[in-house]
Amino acid sequence: MKALVWVEHEGGALKDATLSAVSAAAQLGEVHLLVAGQDVGGVAQEAAGIAGVVKVHVADDAAYAHALAENAAPLIVGLMGHHDAFVAPATTTGKNVAPRVAALLDVMQISDILSVEGEDMFTRPIYAGNAIATVRSRDAKKVITVRGTAFAKAEKSGGSASIEAVASTGDAGLSSFLGAEIAASERPELTSAKIIVSGGRALKDSATFEQLIFPLADKLGAAVGASRAAVDAGYVPNDYQVGQTGKIVAPEVYVAVGISGAIQHLAGMKDSKTIIAINKDDDAPIFQVADFGLVADLYNAVPELTNKL
Amino acid sequence: MRILVPVKRVIDYNVKPRVKSDGSGVDLSNVKMSMNPFDEIAVEEAIRLKEAGVASEVVVVSIGVAKAQETLRTALAMGADRAILIETEAEVEPLGVAKLLAQVAGEEQPGLVILGKQAIDDDSNQTGQMLAALLNRPQGTFASRIELNGDMVSVTREVDGGLEIVQLSLPAIVTSDLRLNEPRYASLPNIMKAKAKPLAVKKPEDYGVDIAARLETLSVAEPAKRQAGIKVADVDELVGKLKELGVAA
Repeated sequence: MKALVWVEHEGGALKDATLSAVSAAAQLGEVHLLVAGQDVGGVAQEAAGIAGVVKVHVADDAAYAHALAENAAPLIVGLMGHHDAFVAPATTTGKNVAPRVAALLDVMQISDILSVEGEDMFTRPIYAGNAIATVRSRDAKKVITVRGTAFAKAEKSGGSASIEAVASTGDAGLSSFLGAEIAASERPELTSAKIIVSGGRALKDSATFEQLIFPLADKLGAAVGASRAAVDAGYVPNDYQVGQTGKIVAPEVYVAVGISGAIQHLAGMKDSKTIIAINKDDDAPIFQVADFGLVADLYNAVPELTNKL
Repeated sequence: MRILVPVKRVIDYNVKPRVKSDGSGVDLSNVKMSMNPFDEIAVEEAIRLKEAGVASEVVVVSIGVAKAQETLRTALAMGADRAILIETEAEVEPLGVAKLLAQVAGEEQPGLVILGKQAIDDDSNQTGQMLAALLNRPQGTFASRIELNGDMVSVTREVDGGLEIVQLSLPAIVTSDLRLNEPRYASLPNIMKAKAKPLAVKKPEDYGVDIAARLETLSVAEPAKRQAGIKVADVDELVGKLKELGVAA
Protein backbone atom coordinates (compact mmCIF):
# COMPACT_ATOMS: atom_id res chain seq x y z
CA MET A 1 0.00 0.00 0.00
CA LYS A 2 1.17 3.51 -0.83
CA ALA A 3 0.13 6.31 1.50
CA LEU A 4 0.23 10.01 0.60
CA VAL A 5 0.79 12.23 3.63
CA TRP A 6 -0.17 15.90 3.71
CA VAL A 7 2.79 17.97 4.89
CA GLU A 8 1.81 20.74 7.25
CA HIS A 9 4.17 23.69 7.12
CA GLU A 10 4.32 27.33 8.10
CA GLY A 11 6.77 30.09 7.34
CA GLY A 12 8.95 27.79 5.25
CA ALA A 13 9.33 25.14 7.96
CA LEU A 14 7.75 21.76 8.37
CA LYS A 15 5.41 21.41 11.36
CA ASP A 16 5.69 18.60 13.89
CA ALA A 17 2.14 17.40 13.29
CA THR A 18 3.39 16.02 9.97
CA LEU A 19 5.80 13.66 11.76
CA SER A 20 3.05 11.85 13.68
CA ALA A 21 1.07 11.45 10.46
CA VAL A 22 4.16 9.96 8.82
CA SER A 23 4.43 7.39 11.64
CA ALA A 24 0.78 6.42 11.19
CA ALA A 25 1.21 6.15 7.41
CA ALA A 26 4.34 4.02 7.81
CA GLN A 27 2.15 1.41 9.52
CA LEU A 28 0.05 1.24 6.35
CA GLY A 29 2.86 0.90 3.82
CA GLU A 30 5.15 2.99 1.64
CA VAL A 31 5.15 6.66 2.67
CA HIS A 32 4.95 9.44 0.10
CA LEU A 33 4.55 13.09 1.03
CA LEU A 34 2.78 16.02 -0.56
CA VAL A 35 4.18 19.49 -0.03
CA ALA A 36 1.76 22.06 -1.41
CA GLY A 37 2.40 25.77 -1.10
CA GLN A 38 4.20 28.73 -2.53
CA ASP A 39 8.02 28.81 -2.57
CA VAL A 40 8.19 25.54 -0.69
CA GLY A 41 11.48 24.22 -2.07
CA GLY A 42 13.00 24.37 1.42
CA VAL A 43 10.09 22.51 2.98
CA ALA A 44 10.39 19.82 0.32
CA GLN A 45 14.09 19.39 1.14
CA GLU A 46 13.28 19.14 4.83
CA ALA A 47 10.48 16.64 4.11
CA ALA A 48 12.77 14.48 1.98
CA GLY A 49 14.99 14.02 5.01
CA ILE A 50 12.30 12.44 7.18
CA ALA A 51 13.22 8.85 7.95
CA GLY A 52 11.36 6.27 5.92
CA VAL A 53 9.90 8.55 3.28
CA VAL A 54 10.19 7.28 -0.29
CA LYS A 55 9.04 10.22 -2.38
CA VAL A 56 8.08 13.87 -1.89
CA HIS A 57 5.61 15.37 -4.35
CA VAL A 58 5.89 19.14 -4.55
CA ALA A 59 3.19 21.42 -5.87
CA ASP A 60 4.58 24.94 -5.84
CA ASP A 61 1.97 27.50 -6.80
CA ALA A 62 0.34 30.63 -5.40
CA ALA A 63 -2.98 28.75 -5.46
CA TYR A 64 -1.70 26.57 -2.59
CA ALA A 65 -0.16 29.38 -0.52
CA HIS A 66 -2.81 29.29 2.19
CA ALA A 67 -3.90 25.67 1.93
CA LEU A 68 -7.38 26.59 0.70
CA ALA A 69 -9.31 23.32 0.53
CA GLU A 70 -10.99 24.31 -2.72
CA ASN A 71 -7.58 24.41 -4.44
CA ALA A 72 -5.79 21.65 -2.54
CA ALA A 73 -8.47 18.96 -2.90
CA PRO A 74 -8.31 18.61 -6.72
CA LEU A 75 -4.50 18.39 -6.50
CA ILE A 76 -4.71 15.55 -3.96
CA VAL A 77 -7.45 13.77 -5.87
CA GLY A 78 -5.21 13.82 -8.94
CA LEU A 79 -2.42 12.14 -6.99
CA MET A 80 -4.73 9.53 -5.48
CA GLY A 81 -4.73 7.65 -8.77
CA HIS A 82 -1.33 6.33 -7.68
CA HIS A 83 -1.86 6.10 -3.92
CA ASP A 84 -4.07 3.92 -1.76
CA ALA A 85 -4.43 6.15 1.26
CA PHE A 86 -4.45 9.88 1.98
CA VAL A 87 -3.23 10.67 5.47
CA ALA A 88 -3.39 14.12 7.07
CA PRO A 89 -2.64 15.31 10.59
CA ALA A 90 -5.85 16.16 12.46
CA THR A 91 -4.95 19.85 12.59
CA THR A 92 -7.38 22.55 11.51
CA THR A 93 -5.80 22.36 8.04
CA GLY A 94 -6.05 18.57 7.83
CA LYS A 95 -9.61 18.60 9.14
CA ASN A 96 -10.53 21.20 6.55
CA VAL A 97 -8.96 19.55 3.51
CA ALA A 98 -9.29 15.78 4.06
CA PRO A 99 -13.11 15.44 4.05
CA ARG A 100 -13.28 17.43 0.81
CA VAL A 101 -10.85 14.93 -0.70
CA ALA A 102 -12.82 12.00 0.72
CA ALA A 103 -16.10 13.16 -0.78
CA LEU A 104 -14.51 13.73 -4.18
CA LEU A 105 -13.14 10.17 -4.03
CA ASP A 106 -16.49 8.86 -2.74
CA VAL A 107 -14.79 7.57 0.39
CA MET A 108 -15.92 7.72 4.02
CA GLN A 109 -13.10 9.37 5.98
CA ILE A 110 -11.74 7.85 9.19
CA SER A 111 -11.25 10.85 11.47
CA ASP A 112 -8.71 11.36 14.22
CA ILE A 113 -7.31 7.82 14.40
CA LEU A 114 -5.54 6.69 17.58
CA SER A 115 -4.05 3.49 16.16
CA VAL A 116 -3.66 1.43 13.02
CA GLU A 117 -4.90 -2.11 13.71
CA GLY A 118 -4.55 -3.38 10.17
CA GLU A 119 -4.66 -2.24 6.57
CA ASP A 120 -8.33 -1.31 6.89
CA MET A 121 -8.82 -1.32 10.67
CA PHE A 122 -8.36 1.65 13.01
CA THR A 123 -9.35 2.93 16.44
CA ARG A 124 -10.76 6.40 16.92
CA PRO A 125 -12.33 8.39 19.76
CA ILE A 126 -16.06 9.09 19.77
CA TYR A 127 -18.27 10.96 22.27
CA ALA A 128 -15.47 13.39 23.20
CA GLY A 129 -13.15 10.50 23.97
CA ASN A 130 -15.61 8.82 26.34
CA ALA A 131 -15.57 5.80 24.07
CA ILE A 132 -13.07 4.33 21.63
CA ALA A 133 -14.44 2.72 18.46
CA THR A 134 -12.64 0.11 16.41
CA VAL A 135 -13.72 0.55 12.79
CA ARG A 136 -13.12 -1.22 9.52
CA SER A 137 -13.21 0.68 6.24
CA ARG A 138 -14.87 -0.95 3.25
CA ASP A 139 -13.60 1.70 0.84
CA ALA A 140 -10.90 0.77 -1.68
CA LYS A 141 -9.00 3.98 -0.94
CA LYS A 142 -8.59 5.31 2.58
CA VAL A 143 -8.79 8.90 3.74
CA ILE A 144 -7.52 9.31 7.27
CA THR A 145 -6.76 12.07 9.76
CA VAL A 146 -4.32 11.31 12.55
CA ARG A 147 -4.40 12.42 16.17
CA GLY A 148 -0.87 13.72 16.72
CA THR A 149 -0.57 12.74 20.37
CA ALA A 150 -1.36 9.09 19.62
CA PHE A 151 1.66 8.44 17.38
CA ALA A 152 5.37 8.89 17.97
CA LYS A 153 7.01 11.49 15.76
CA ALA A 154 9.02 10.16 12.82
CA GLU A 155 12.71 11.09 12.86
CA LYS A 156 13.40 14.30 10.96
CA SER A 157 16.67 12.99 9.59
CA GLY A 158 18.03 9.87 7.99
CA GLY A 159 15.72 9.86 5.01
CA SER A 160 16.71 10.49 1.41
CA ALA A 161 13.48 10.61 -0.53
CA SER A 162 13.32 11.67 -4.15
CA ILE A 163 11.61 14.97 -4.89
CA GLU A 164 9.19 15.22 -7.78
CA ALA A 165 7.37 18.32 -8.99
CA VAL A 166 3.62 18.03 -9.54
CA ALA A 167 1.74 20.21 -11.99
CA SER A 168 -0.57 22.72 -10.37
CA THR A 169 -4.30 22.20 -10.68
CA GLY A 170 -4.65 25.98 -10.39
CA ASP A 171 -7.04 28.22 -8.55
CA ALA A 172 -10.57 26.86 -8.37
CA GLY A 173 -11.87 30.43 -8.29
CA LEU A 174 -14.20 29.71 -5.40
CA SER A 175 -12.38 31.21 -2.46
CA SER A 176 -9.59 33.57 -1.51
CA PHE A 177 -7.46 34.23 1.55
CA LEU A 178 -8.01 37.68 3.05
CA GLY A 179 -5.75 37.59 6.08
CA ALA A 180 -4.88 36.03 9.38
CA GLU A 181 -4.30 36.97 12.97
CA ILE A 182 -1.68 34.50 13.98
CA ALA A 183 -0.31 35.16 17.44
CA ALA A 184 3.48 35.34 17.54
CA SER A 185 4.80 33.93 20.76
CA GLU A 186 8.22 33.30 22.25
CA ARG A 187 6.76 30.35 24.12
CA PRO A 188 6.71 26.78 22.81
CA GLU A 189 3.79 25.72 20.64
CA LEU A 190 0.95 24.05 22.57
CA THR A 191 0.70 20.84 20.59
CA SER A 192 4.42 20.06 20.72
CA ALA A 193 5.36 21.52 24.13
CA LYS A 194 6.91 19.29 26.80
CA ILE A 195 5.33 21.31 29.59
CA ILE A 196 2.02 23.18 29.53
CA VAL A 197 0.54 25.53 32.09
CA SER A 198 -3.20 26.02 31.54
CA GLY A 199 -5.55 28.44 33.22
CA GLY A 200 -9.29 28.23 33.78
CA ARG A 201 -12.24 30.43 34.56
CA ALA A 202 -11.03 30.94 38.14
CA LEU A 203 -8.41 33.38 36.78
CA LYS A 204 -11.21 35.98 36.66
CA ASP A 205 -9.98 38.20 33.80
CA SER A 206 -7.31 38.52 31.16
CA ALA A 207 -5.03 40.72 33.30
CA THR A 208 -5.05 38.18 36.13
CA PHE A 209 -4.45 35.35 33.64
CA GLU A 210 -1.37 37.17 32.34
CA GLN A 211 -0.07 38.07 35.81
CA LEU A 212 -0.37 34.57 37.24
CA ILE A 213 -0.11 32.05 34.40
CA PHE A 214 2.48 33.63 32.10
CA PRO A 215 5.28 34.03 34.73
CA LEU A 216 4.79 30.43 35.91
CA ALA A 217 4.89 29.17 32.32
CA ASP A 218 8.03 31.19 31.60
CA LYS A 219 9.75 29.84 34.74
CA LEU A 220 9.03 26.30 33.52
CA GLY A 221 9.73 27.02 29.85
CA ALA A 222 6.16 25.94 29.22
CA ALA A 223 3.49 26.64 26.64
CA VAL A 224 0.31 28.34 27.83
CA GLY A 225 -3.11 26.77 27.44
CA ALA A 226 -6.60 27.52 28.68
CA SER A 227 -9.93 25.86 29.30
CA ARG A 228 -12.88 26.61 27.05
CA ALA A 229 -14.46 28.62 29.89
CA ALA A 230 -11.41 30.90 30.02
CA VAL A 231 -11.43 31.38 26.26
CA ASP A 232 -15.19 31.98 26.10
CA ALA A 233 -14.80 34.58 28.87
CA GLY A 234 -12.21 36.34 26.71
CA TYR A 235 -9.16 35.93 29.00
CA VAL A 236 -7.08 34.58 26.10
CA PRO A 237 -7.61 33.99 22.34
CA ASN A 238 -9.10 30.81 20.84
CA ASP A 239 -5.76 29.26 19.91
CA TYR A 240 -5.02 28.70 23.63
CA GLN A 241 -7.94 26.31 24.06
CA VAL A 242 -7.19 22.79 25.18
CA GLY A 243 -10.07 20.34 24.93
CA GLN A 244 -12.16 18.22 22.64
CA THR A 245 -13.02 21.17 20.41
CA GLY A 246 -9.71 22.94 20.90
CA LYS A 247 -6.27 21.39 20.86
CA ILE A 248 -5.48 17.85 21.93
CA VAL A 249 -2.25 17.81 23.92
CA ALA A 250 -0.16 15.19 25.69
CA PRO A 251 2.89 16.89 27.22
CA GLU A 252 5.27 15.41 29.80
CA VAL A 253 3.78 17.70 32.43
CA TYR A 254 0.42 19.47 32.35
CA VAL A 255 -0.27 22.03 35.06
CA ALA A 256 -3.97 22.89 35.36
CA VAL A 257 -4.58 26.07 37.33
CA GLY A 258 -8.11 26.96 38.36
CA ILE A 259 -9.57 24.44 35.94
CA SER A 260 -12.45 22.38 37.30
CA GLY A 261 -11.99 19.58 34.76
CA ALA A 262 -15.09 19.43 32.54
CA ILE A 263 -15.28 16.29 30.33
CA GLN A 264 -14.64 18.54 27.34
CA HIS A 265 -11.33 19.74 28.81
CA LEU A 266 -10.21 16.33 30.07
CA ALA A 267 -10.70 14.94 26.55
CA GLY A 268 -7.97 17.29 25.38
CA MET A 269 -5.29 16.61 28.00
CA LYS A 270 -5.85 13.34 29.84
CA ASP A 271 -3.10 11.60 27.91
CA SER A 272 -0.51 13.93 29.45
CA LYS A 273 2.21 11.96 31.25
CA THR A 274 1.95 13.81 34.54
CA ILE A 275 -0.97 16.05 35.47
CA ILE A 276 -0.70 18.64 38.23
CA ALA A 277 -3.80 20.45 39.41
CA ILE A 278 -4.13 23.54 41.55
CA ASN A 279 -7.69 24.28 42.57
CA LYS A 280 -9.35 25.54 45.71
CA ASP A 281 -12.29 23.16 45.32
CA ASP A 282 -11.35 19.84 46.87
CA ASP A 283 -14.09 18.09 44.87
CA ALA A 284 -13.13 19.43 41.44
CA PRO A 285 -13.14 16.59 38.85
CA ILE A 286 -9.64 17.60 37.74
CA PHE A 287 -8.29 15.93 40.91
CA GLN A 288 -9.64 12.57 39.69
CA VAL A 289 -7.10 12.57 36.88
CA ALA A 290 -4.30 14.57 38.54
CA ASP A 291 -1.13 12.82 39.70
CA PHE A 292 -0.38 15.65 42.09
CA GLY A 293 -3.14 17.88 43.38
CA LEU A 294 -2.79 21.00 45.46
CA VAL A 295 -5.96 22.27 47.12
CA ALA A 296 -5.22 25.96 47.50
CA ASP A 297 -6.28 29.44 46.54
CA LEU A 298 -4.48 30.00 43.26
CA TYR A 299 -3.99 33.70 44.00
CA ASN A 300 -1.57 32.73 46.77
CA ALA A 301 -0.29 29.38 45.53
CA VAL A 302 0.67 30.34 41.96
CA PRO A 303 2.87 33.36 42.82
CA GLU A 304 4.47 31.33 45.62
CA LEU A 305 5.14 28.46 43.23
CA THR A 306 6.58 30.80 40.59
CA ASN A 307 8.90 32.38 43.19
CA LYS A 308 10.12 29.07 44.54
CA LEU A 309 10.98 27.55 41.18
CA MET B 1 -31.58 34.47 0.08
CA ARG B 2 -32.47 31.15 1.61
CA ILE B 3 -30.31 29.55 4.29
CA LEU B 4 -30.29 25.80 4.80
CA VAL B 5 -29.28 24.48 8.23
CA PRO B 6 -28.85 20.74 8.79
CA VAL B 7 -29.36 19.65 12.41
CA LYS B 8 -28.65 16.37 14.18
CA ARG B 9 -30.32 14.77 17.18
CA VAL B 10 -27.61 13.58 19.54
CA ILE B 11 -27.06 12.65 23.17
CA ASP B 12 -27.45 15.76 25.35
CA TYR B 13 -24.03 17.25 25.98
CA ASN B 14 -24.55 17.18 29.77
CA VAL B 15 -25.07 13.40 29.78
CA LYS B 16 -22.05 11.20 30.34
CA PRO B 17 -22.08 8.53 27.62
CA ARG B 18 -21.97 4.92 28.82
CA VAL B 19 -20.50 2.18 26.70
CA LYS B 20 -22.77 -0.89 26.41
CA SER B 21 -21.42 -3.94 28.23
CA ASP B 22 -21.41 -5.99 25.01
CA GLY B 23 -19.16 -3.42 23.36
CA SER B 24 -21.59 -2.78 20.51
CA GLY B 25 -21.88 0.94 21.04
CA VAL B 26 -22.96 3.67 23.45
CA ASP B 27 -26.18 3.11 25.38
CA LEU B 28 -28.76 5.63 24.15
CA SER B 29 -31.87 4.07 25.70
CA ASN B 30 -33.60 6.39 28.19
CA VAL B 31 -30.93 9.01 27.65
CA LYS B 32 -31.80 12.67 27.16
CA MET B 33 -31.33 13.66 23.51
CA SER B 34 -30.93 17.23 22.22
CA MET B 35 -29.85 19.19 19.21
CA ASN B 36 -26.12 18.92 18.54
CA PRO B 37 -24.68 22.07 20.23
CA PHE B 38 -22.74 23.16 17.13
CA ASP B 39 -25.96 22.87 15.07
CA GLU B 40 -27.76 25.09 17.58
CA ILE B 41 -25.12 27.73 16.88
CA ALA B 42 -25.67 27.25 13.13
CA VAL B 43 -29.45 27.70 13.53
CA GLU B 44 -28.91 30.82 15.63
CA GLU B 45 -26.59 32.34 13.02
CA ALA B 46 -29.09 31.71 10.24
CA ILE B 47 -31.90 33.30 12.25
CA ARG B 48 -29.73 36.34 13.01
CA LEU B 49 -29.00 36.76 9.30
CA LYS B 50 -32.72 36.67 8.64
CA GLU B 51 -33.39 39.18 11.42
CA ALA B 52 -30.72 41.43 9.91
CA GLY B 53 -32.61 41.34 6.61
CA VAL B 54 -29.84 39.47 4.80
CA ALA B 55 -31.68 36.16 4.52
CA SER B 56 -35.31 35.69 3.58
CA GLU B 57 -35.99 32.15 4.77
CA VAL B 58 -34.35 29.63 7.09
CA VAL B 59 -34.97 25.97 6.29
CA VAL B 60 -33.80 23.29 8.72
CA VAL B 61 -33.26 19.67 7.73
CA SER B 62 -32.51 16.58 9.77
CA ILE B 63 -31.69 13.03 8.82
CA GLY B 64 -32.61 10.49 11.44
CA VAL B 65 -35.30 8.73 13.40
CA ALA B 66 -38.92 9.97 13.67
CA LYS B 67 -38.06 11.61 16.99
CA ALA B 68 -35.69 13.95 15.19
CA GLN B 69 -38.93 15.89 14.54
CA GLU B 70 -38.48 17.20 18.10
CA THR B 71 -35.05 18.55 17.17
CA LEU B 72 -36.54 20.23 14.11
CA ARG B 73 -39.37 21.71 16.22
CA THR B 74 -36.73 23.17 18.53
CA ALA B 75 -35.11 24.87 15.54
CA LEU B 76 -38.52 26.12 14.38
CA ALA B 77 -39.19 27.47 17.87
CA MET B 78 -35.88 29.33 17.76
CA GLY B 79 -37.10 31.01 14.57
CA ALA B 80 -36.52 28.79 11.54
CA ASP B 81 -39.34 28.95 8.98
CA ARG B 82 -39.84 25.36 7.91
CA ALA B 83 -38.35 21.93 8.32
CA ILE B 84 -37.60 18.75 6.42
CA LEU B 85 -37.08 15.38 8.08
CA ILE B 86 -35.45 12.64 6.03
CA GLU B 87 -36.61 9.79 8.17
CA THR B 88 -34.54 6.66 8.57
CA GLU B 89 -33.70 4.18 11.31
CA ALA B 90 -30.27 3.66 9.80
CA GLU B 91 -27.19 5.39 11.18
CA VAL B 92 -26.18 7.51 8.22
CA GLU B 93 -22.50 8.38 7.97
CA PRO B 94 -21.24 11.88 7.10
CA LEU B 95 -20.72 10.88 3.45
CA GLY B 96 -24.31 9.63 3.15
CA VAL B 97 -25.60 12.70 4.97
CA ALA B 98 -23.63 14.98 2.63
CA LYS B 99 -25.10 13.17 -0.39
CA LEU B 100 -28.64 13.61 0.91
CA LEU B 101 -27.97 17.25 1.76
CA ALA B 102 -26.58 17.84 -1.74
CA GLN B 103 -29.94 16.64 -3.12
CA VAL B 104 -31.86 18.88 -0.71
CA ALA B 105 -29.64 21.81 -1.69
CA GLY B 106 -30.43 21.04 -5.33
CA GLU B 107 -34.14 21.44 -4.59
CA GLU B 108 -33.93 24.35 -2.19
CA GLN B 109 -31.13 26.35 -3.88
CA PRO B 110 -29.83 27.97 -0.66
CA GLY B 111 -27.36 30.86 -0.89
CA LEU B 112 -25.73 29.62 2.28
CA VAL B 113 -25.66 26.30 4.09
CA ILE B 114 -24.58 26.60 7.73
CA LEU B 115 -23.74 23.39 9.60
CA GLY B 116 -22.25 22.59 12.96
CA LYS B 117 -18.54 21.80 12.56
CA GLN B 118 -18.99 18.39 14.13
CA ALA B 119 -21.53 16.26 15.94
CA ILE B 120 -20.70 15.44 19.55
CA ASP B 121 -21.54 11.75 19.10
CA ASP B 122 -19.30 10.50 16.27
CA ASP B 123 -16.98 13.56 16.35
CA SER B 124 -16.30 13.13 12.62
CA ASN B 125 -16.06 16.79 11.55
CA GLN B 126 -16.67 15.96 7.89
CA THR B 127 -20.21 16.68 6.70
CA GLY B 128 -19.85 20.37 5.77
CA GLN B 129 -16.60 19.85 3.90
CA MET B 130 -18.07 16.84 2.06
CA LEU B 131 -21.21 18.75 1.10
CA ALA B 132 -19.05 21.58 -0.26
CA ALA B 133 -17.08 19.06 -2.33
CA LEU B 134 -20.20 17.38 -3.74
CA LEU B 135 -21.73 20.74 -4.69
CA ASN B 136 -18.37 22.06 -5.94
CA ARG B 137 -18.83 25.12 -3.75
CA PRO B 138 -16.42 26.87 -1.32
CA GLN B 139 -16.25 26.03 2.37
CA GLY B 140 -15.63 28.21 5.41
CA THR B 141 -15.04 25.80 8.26
CA PHE B 142 -14.79 26.44 12.04
CA ALA B 143 -16.35 29.89 11.70
CA SER B 144 -16.31 32.41 14.51
CA ARG B 145 -17.69 35.24 12.35
CA ILE B 146 -19.71 35.41 9.15
CA GLU B 147 -20.15 38.57 7.13
CA LEU B 148 -22.18 38.73 3.93
CA ASN B 149 -21.43 41.34 1.31
CA GLY B 150 -23.16 41.11 -2.03
CA ASP B 151 -22.44 37.79 -3.69
CA MET B 152 -19.56 37.07 -1.29
CA VAL B 153 -19.28 35.94 2.29
CA SER B 154 -16.22 36.46 4.44
CA VAL B 155 -15.68 33.89 7.14
CA THR B 156 -13.35 34.23 10.10
CA ARG B 157 -12.04 30.77 10.89
CA GLU B 158 -10.66 29.46 14.19
CA VAL B 159 -7.41 27.78 13.18
CA ASP B 160 -4.59 26.26 15.23
CA GLY B 161 -2.45 29.39 15.09
CA GLY B 162 -5.25 31.88 15.75
CA LEU B 163 -7.74 33.31 13.27
CA GLU B 164 -7.88 33.33 9.49
CA ILE B 165 -10.26 35.16 7.18
CA VAL B 166 -11.34 33.73 3.85
CA GLN B 167 -13.69 35.13 1.24
CA LEU B 168 -16.05 32.75 -0.51
CA SER B 169 -18.35 33.26 -3.46
CA LEU B 170 -21.96 32.35 -2.84
CA PRO B 171 -23.48 29.85 -2.68
CA ALA B 172 -21.15 28.71 0.09
CA ILE B 173 -20.97 26.20 2.91
CA VAL B 174 -20.02 27.38 6.41
CA THR B 175 -19.46 25.29 9.52
CA SER B 176 -19.84 26.85 12.94
CA ASP B 177 -17.37 26.85 15.78
CA LEU B 178 -18.20 27.54 19.43
CA ARG B 179 -17.69 31.27 19.44
CA LEU B 180 -19.83 32.20 16.43
CA ASN B 181 -22.70 33.20 18.72
CA GLU B 182 -24.66 32.23 21.80
CA PRO B 183 -27.87 30.47 20.77
CA ARG B 184 -31.12 31.80 22.17
CA TYR B 185 -33.64 29.85 24.18
CA ALA B 186 -36.99 29.43 22.51
CA SER B 187 -39.77 31.27 24.35
CA LEU B 188 -42.97 29.45 25.26
CA PRO B 189 -45.11 31.38 22.74
CA ASN B 190 -42.57 30.55 20.03
CA ILE B 191 -42.59 26.89 21.03
CA MET B 192 -46.38 26.94 20.62
CA LYS B 193 -46.14 28.75 17.27
CA ALA B 194 -43.51 26.28 16.03
CA LYS B 195 -46.06 23.46 16.21
CA ALA B 196 -47.93 25.05 13.32
CA LYS B 197 -44.88 25.58 11.11
CA PRO B 198 -44.51 23.25 8.10
CA LEU B 199 -42.49 20.06 8.58
CA ALA B 200 -42.16 17.78 5.57
CA VAL B 201 -41.28 14.11 6.11
CA LYS B 202 -39.26 12.36 3.40
CA LYS B 203 -37.35 9.11 3.04
CA PRO B 204 -33.76 8.63 1.83
CA GLU B 205 -35.22 6.68 -1.14
CA ASP B 206 -36.98 9.87 -2.28
CA TYR B 207 -33.55 11.25 -3.12
CA GLY B 208 -32.16 8.20 -4.90
CA VAL B 209 -28.96 8.26 -2.84
CA ASP B 210 -26.90 5.28 -1.69
CA ILE B 211 -26.40 5.69 2.05
CA ALA B 212 -25.02 2.24 2.81
CA ALA B 213 -22.36 2.36 5.54
CA ARG B 214 -18.73 2.32 4.43
CA LEU B 215 -17.32 2.04 7.92
CA GLU B 216 -18.13 -0.95 10.03
CA THR B 217 -17.91 -0.45 13.79
CA LEU B 218 -16.38 -3.64 15.13
CA SER B 219 -16.43 -2.70 18.79
CA VAL B 220 -16.75 0.22 21.17
CA ALA B 221 -14.81 0.27 24.41
CA GLU B 222 -14.25 2.51 27.42
CA PRO B 223 -10.99 4.42 27.23
CA ALA B 224 -8.25 3.49 29.67
CA LYS B 225 -9.03 5.06 33.02
CA ARG B 226 -6.56 7.36 34.66
CA GLN B 227 -5.98 6.80 38.35
CA ALA B 228 -6.17 9.76 40.69
CA GLY B 229 -2.81 10.46 42.31
CA ILE B 230 -2.04 12.15 45.57
CA LYS B 231 -2.72 15.52 47.12
CA VAL B 232 0.30 17.51 48.15
CA ALA B 233 0.12 19.52 51.36
CA ASP B 234 1.62 22.77 50.17
CA VAL B 235 3.57 24.60 47.49
CA ASP B 236 6.91 23.37 48.87
CA GLU B 237 5.88 19.75 48.39
CA LEU B 238 4.69 20.56 44.86
CA VAL B 239 8.04 22.19 44.08
CA GLY B 240 9.69 18.98 45.30
CA LYS B 241 7.54 16.90 42.93
CA LEU B 242 8.39 19.20 40.01
CA LYS B 243 12.07 18.72 40.83
CA GLU B 244 11.63 14.95 40.89
CA LEU B 245 10.00 15.19 37.46
CA GLY B 246 13.05 17.07 36.27
CA VAL B 247 11.11 20.12 35.13
CA ALA B 248 12.38 22.42 37.90
CA ALA B 249 15.93 23.00 38.96
